[in-house]
Amino acid sequence: MAMIDDNSKNQIKTIFEQLKEQVNVVLIVKKEECETCSDTQTFVTEMTDLHEKLVLEVLDESDDKAKELGVTMYPAIVLLDKDNKDYGIKFYGIPAGHEINSFIMGLIEVSGAGEVLPDDVIARIEKINKPIDIKVFITLSCPHCPGAVAKAHKLAFMNKNVNAQMIEANTFNEISTKYNVSGVPKIVINEDTELLGDQPLDAFLNSIEGL
Amino acid sequence: MAIDFSLNIGATKSKRVESDKLYDTLIIGGGPAGLNAALYAKRKGLQVGILTQKVGGQVLDTKIVENYLGYSKITGEELMKEFEDHVKEYDVPITDEIQVKKIECKEYKEIHTANNKIYKAKTIIIATGSLPRMLDIPGEKEFYGKGVSYCAICDGSLYQDGIVMVVGGGNAAIGSAIDLSRIAKKVMIVHRSKFRADQILMDRLSELENVEIYLGTVINEIKGQSRMTHVITFDKDSGKEKSIDVEGIFIEIGHIPRTECLQGLIELDDKGEIIIDANGETSEPGIFAAGDVANVKYKQIIIAAAEGAKAALSATEYINKGKH
Ligand SMILES: Cc1cc2nc3c(=O)[nH]c(=O)nc-3n(C[C@H](O)[C@H](O)[C@H](O)COP(=O)(O)OP(=O)(O)OC[C@H]3O[C@@H](n4cnc5c(N)ncnc54)[C@H](O)[C@@H]3O)c2cc1C
Repeated sequence: MAMIDDNSKNQIKTIFEQLKEQVNVVLIVKKEECETCSDTQTFVTEMTDLHEKLVLEVLDESDDKAKELGVTMYPAIVLLDKDNKDYGIKFYGIPAGHEINSFIMGLIEVSGAGEVLPDDVIARIEKINKPIDIKVFITLSCPHCPGAVAKAHKLAFMNKNVNAQMIEANTFNEISTKYNVSGVPKIVINEDTELLGDQPLDAFLNSIEGL
Repeated sequence: MAIDFSLNIGATKSKRVESDKLYDTLIIGGGPAGLNAALYAKRKGLQVGILTQKVGGQVLDTKIVENYLGYSKITGEELMKEFEDHVKEYDVPITDEIQVKKIECKEYKEIHTANNKIYKAKTIIIATGSLPRMLDIPGEKEFYGKGVSYCAICDGSLYQDGIVMVVGGGNAAIGSAIDLSRIAKKVMIVHRSKFRADQILMDRLSELENVEIYLGTVINEIKGQSRMTHVITFDKDSGKEKSIDVEGIFIEIGHIPRTECLQGLIELDDKGEIIIDANGETSEPGIFAAGDVANVKYKQIIIAAAEGAKAALSATEYINKGKH
């Protein structure tokens, strides 16, 4: 049975008309001990089938390429551009529920059709010159979470020093407990700076600049 | 694994409000009040735009809405998507992710934003809604995001088989308790006085077996280490304090109006709500207000939306009379 209903498919297709260039979607799965891997594969397959510019590659964790992408948990989705350039944009866990929105925004972003930011904000993002790692912990029922994920991914897309990951807190219980996640979206920047809620880009940048 | 989707991206990006243009009316806030105000103003032929942090407002924090006429059951998010799509049909420019900091009344009204932009309009409709009210007790700020939550639909699923507490006695609190009872092992509801939620919700609540109710009880303190572990409650009848172990506490005790950007420009009542007359006019000519931020007692989507329509019609009349 199809996971995404026809009505949603049609809506998503219209949104995908915004896609500019090809996006290579890499899904990394693990054969055992991965409760959500097969659902995620069905989901990503159905999504990428909705537009010819979306090309899916499914890898096993043991694959060299999977290792090169620096994936540590499964399922993981990495978005690469048409030249297979890796911007450090990852989704750990299935981006369903509300997170379908950040997944779509990520695809549009990497295709080169993301929203253009004001010049002063672009200048601030381009100035980031040290390695920045952003983890955004989410739940699938959280309406504020996709906004936080999309902003983190946008920063990663715009500056090669930034990596950003969505982490579904219920799937990755252990790491969520480690980071003491009991409210979402929880944003962790370089391990020690924490933000809670769908913060404006400004708050991300203030935190990054303060590191 | 049950999978559903809550798609809320529009097919087209909306136009943005321009900072060098003079609008007939600019609306601050993109909840039900602001969106309906935009619809009405635009249909009257006004040049209108919306400036807001988020489109959808508080309704996005609501799982299911069952009291908006015409929709027997709809998720808060779907309802707001319908509102937004309706407004977008009219090509109303919307700038989101923007925070209004200050309003100045000069020749025209000026709206100053946190990112240092200035927008100009002949009239302004304030529809900034409200924010969750805090308990204002020790531990609440400290454990925010470490057990203390104001959004049950966001954080509820983090408490699978856990023990949680809901504070409050209105529709939002009871609705959250019902939702949480399906996820958590046990839900305790603590409220200082009597319940004031709709009977239909109370009936549903009474059927649940894993819900415990403490009325006439207040929370004195939230305690824990790296995250909250227990609360200290006070029973008003017995005068006794008690320590109760809980993993999470959901605070749903009402809302406070968001008027920080007004900085004394407009008269507020003792609750901090904007005083409006029956047509949505404030104490400042050309500035109108609608929805949860104003002193209309009942805070509901349909009421906020209707008040937005009134404010827009009043703004239209103000402009047509050439009062600006
Ligand atoms: C959990 C919950 C459940 C509820 N359930 C129901 C229900 O079932 N039925 C019902 O009828 N009602 C319900 N309500 C109440 C209903 O959501 C509100 O009455 C309604 O949303 C008020 O609409 P509004 O447009 O006045 O304000 P809001 O919805 O609060 O919208 C205000 C908007 O203004 C923006 N804003 C605020 N300040 C600024 C600023 N300075 N600059 C820019 N933008 C700003 C905010 O981002 C927000 O988008 C519920 C509320 C909650 C919290």
